[in-house]
Amino acid sequence: MALTKAELAEALFDELGLNKREAKEFVDLFFEEIRERLQSGKEVKLSGFGNFELRNKNQRPGRNPKTGEEIPISARRVVTFRPGQKLRLRVELDATG
Amino acid sequence: MTKSELIERLAARQTHLMHKDVELAVKLILDRVSMALAKQDRVEIRGFGSFALHHRPSRIGRNPKTGEAVTIPAKHVPHFKPGKEMRERVNDSASD
Repeated sequence: MALTKAELAEALFDELGLNKREAKEFVDLFFEEIRERLQSGKEVKLSGFGNFELRNKNQRPGRNPKTGEEIPISARRVVTFRPGQKLRLRVELDATG
Repeated sequence: MTKSELIERLAARQTHLMHKDVELAVKLILDRVSMALAKQDRVEIRGFGSFALHHRPSRIGRNPKTGEAVTIPAKHVPHFKPGKEMRERVNDSASD
C-alpha cells in the first residue's frame, strides 16, 4: 500500500489539529513549493531526508524500442534525489531484516 | 533552498497557521515519507514523483586501507522517480 497525499493530510489533521481543508492545502503547497524551487533552477536540501538536485543532460542517441528506428534524445534538465545519511540508515536497518 | 527556508516560505504563504505549526507540519510530512520507506512501502505523490526502495545485493568489497576482502551485506536504498509534471516543469525552465 502506497503512501499518498491523502494520508499525509490525514496525519496533519490527526496529529497537528489542522482542519481537513487546511491539511490538504498544506500538503499540496509543500510539494508545490519544492517543485517551484527546482523549476527556478535551485536545488532543495532537506537535512535528515535528502537533497533534490538538478542535472543537465546533453543530447544523446536513442532508439525507438518498438521500431528500432534511431532518434536523438534531446538535451534536458532532470531532477535527481540523493537520500541523506539519516534516511539511508533508517531504510537499511528496517528493511534488510 | 534548505528545510528552514522551506518552512519560512510556507509560513509566508499560509499566514493563518502559527509558525510553529508550519515547522511541525514540514517535519511530520518528511517523517511520514521516511517511515513509509522504512516499512518498504512506496510513496506516490501525483505530479511530483514517487519514492521506492531499490535492492542492492550483497557484494564483496575491499577495505581500501588494508586490501582485505569484506562482505558488504545486501541493503535497500531509497530511490526517487520524478513525476510527469515535475519532469516537464523542470525541463521547460531549462530551455527558457
